[in-house]
Amino acid sequence: MGTVAVHGLCKSFGKVQALDGVTLDVPDGSFFVVLGPSGAGKTTTLRAIAGLEKLDAGSVHLDGRDATGDAPAARDLAMVFQNYALYPRHTAYENIASPLRARRCSSSEIAAAVEQMSSLLHIERLLQRRPAQLSGGEMQRVALARALVRRPRAFLMDEPLTNLDLKLRVEMRTELTRIHRSLGATFVYVTNDQVEALSMADQVAVLKEGKVQQVGTPTEVYERPANQWVAGFVGSPPISLLACHAEGDRLVGAEGWTLPRPSWTTAEDGRTLLLGLRAEDLSVEQRGDASLSGKLYGLEPLGDRTVVDVRVGTEIVKVKARPTVTGTPGERLHVTVDLDRAHLFDAGTGLSLSEAGQ
Amino acid sequence: MAVSVDEAVSTGPVRDHTPSARRFGGRGRFVLEVALLTVLAVVMLFPVLWMIETSIKENRDVYAIPAKFFDFKVTMDHFKDVFVASGGGRSTLSVSFLNSVVVAGVSTALATVLGVPAAWAYSRFAVKAKKDQLFFILSTRFMPPVVVVIPIFLMYRQVGLIDTQLGLILIYTAFNVPFTIWMMKGFVDEVPAEYEDAAMLDGYTRLQAFWRFTLPLLLPGIAATAVFALIFSWNEFVFATFLTSSDNVRTAPPAIAGLIGGTTVDWGLVAAASVVFALPVLVFAYLVRKHLVAGVTLGAVRR
Ligand SMILES: Nc1ncnc2c1ncn2[C@@H]1O[C@H](COP(=O)(O)OP(=O)(O)OP(=O)(O)O)[C@@H](O)[C@H]1O
Ligand SMILES: [Mg+2]
Repeated sequence: MGTVAVHGLCKSFGKVQALDGVTLDVPDGSFFVVLGPSGAGKTTTLRAIAGLEKLDAGSVHLDGRDATGDAPAARDLAMVFQNYALYPRHTAYENIASPLRARRCSSSEIAAAVEQMSSLLHIERLLQRRPAQLSGGEMQRVALARALVRRPRAFLMDEPLTNLDLKLRVEMRTELTRIHRSLGATFVYVTNDQVEALSMADQVAVLKEGKVQQVGTPTEVYERPANQWVAGFVGSPPISLLACHAEGDRLVGAEGWTLPRPSWTTAEDGRTLLLGLRAEDLSVEQRGDASLSGKLYGLEPLGDRTVVDVRVGTEIVKVKARPTVTGTPGERLHVTVDLDRAHLFDAGTGLSLSEAGQ
Repeated sequence: MAVSVDEAVSTGPVRDHTPSARRFGGRGRFVLEVALLTVLAVVMLFPVLWMIETSIKENRDVYAIPAKFFDFKVTMDHFKDVFVASGGGRSTLSVSFLNSVVVAGVSTALATVLGVPAAWAYSRFAVKAKKDQLFFILSTRFMPPVVVVIPIFLMYRQVGLIDTQLGLILIYTAFNVPFTIWMMKGFVDEVPAEYEDAAMLDGYTRLQAFWRFTLPLLLPGIAATAVFALIFSWNEFVFATFLTSSDNVRTAPPAIAGLIGGTTVDWGLVAAASVVFALPVLVFAYLVRKHLVAGVTLGAVRR
């Protein structure tokens, strides 16, 4: 068992409202990712679950039992800290052994467990070093090992892969997913990296300024963002947002363009809207009936694809194209829009008007 | 004119030319610095040297006019007198030294035991009106001892603490606890709270986390703080003079001061006693000098 549920968490630091009514429900055995930009309150959320932060309001339930006032040690959780928090006087071995020592395991048990963890995380050679003698990525792996060495109710991980180089990060992503599967344990995983969130999560909670914006599977969050902000935050290159309003059976852009009105939207005429277009739902290669005309602004070759920046009026629309695409800046272009996959948001509230996103 | 390659690339003229002005300035400054430092050193060190000299001079030479700087006979008699009474057995001075050791040692230990956890609590927890409390704690140090000593004297007389070592220990502890809290809070602030957080998630209680993971990191700071407290208690004069009178309770400062003021003053004995008195402080300060500097820069000054 290992469910984690928090309800209405509020926490302020002086004038900063770090958490503003955060409610999350982490099912047993799930890989739950909390995604948000820097300062969103991700660390504060994890610390609240761990019992390290005194809350202004809200409750924490572990395995269905109210654990709001419990001491951290009583909660049976393991945490990887964002800044590692490895004990500076202890060797990597002793750091990893610490949770077992606190539970008075025998030294043979400890040795076996530490050895298993260190081979899993490729840190066998580092065990006798102190944190000061380790690189950031090595410290991060020792911190991971310290958390994974025991079988707690749930694992809390605060951006555990940010300091690894890309190759190791991709490797560790797979490794963590594998560990999660094989343990069947509950993971609450904090990151500001949407690729990590989308690739590892069973469920994603998107956090901004202490408020949960949306909770859903990675597909839901990507395909049906609840609001304009989530749409802009998730996805790379970022979604292009164009101001417009509905007029009969057409969408009329603030920049003068028109598109057929998508069949699925119910927005009344005249209301100011934002049309959200993801780069992969646009094309510069063939001309369809729903298209925007603009000028080539720039090309960003990314190896496997090229992002074409097209200037429509004063706004830039990012279009995903084949790596072979060429063009000169200023050249006229038509951007074909897949309107079935477009998003509409209320420009005032930012909320999604696509019925599926609600 | 033929100029050899060697001469042409020689750094000689270059070295002599441009930086020479700077070097002149440098030398001028250097000379001034050394001169000023020498004056300062003489002013500061002369009394110390004179004290040491007097402590090893024979009485005849102590009073010689003109004063003998170098050609005197060295004797250790004064040091013997510090420790051994004229009729044999322990001298009263040596008893006072022992009293000083007990009073300074116990009061420092108490102040450390009380002050370090308090500093930790002030650093780690959200305490109501924390700044006001800390200011209040510090403000107890603003009062000059001479001002407090009369009420303390009256209170001590009521409860029978006059002329006891316990009385001195309590008052020194009371003076050292605020200092310890302030200085140690600086050190605790420097140790990330995350170590304790991590330890608590590992399964330790808050106190275990402090004891096992934070305290070892604080040891240098504790050493520095304790030495400061020790020096305060060791040197303290006002309370010791007013609150104690009998020879078997008195600490060294009033005891040494008491040597001066009879019809004749045995300056050799006074000097020898002063040297013995100053030595432990110097040795201690030397032993923890690295931490003292760290303590001053890290703990007391920053924040
Ligand atoms: N101890 C603290 N004192 C004051 N403000 C704090 C404290 N901890 C967090 N905050 C503030 O609360 C907000 C949320 O912080 P938090 O550390 O939870 O962000 P985060 O989402 O983890 O960001 P990052 O991705 O940069 O780690 C921030 O504005 C931060 O400045
Ligand atoms: Mg954080």
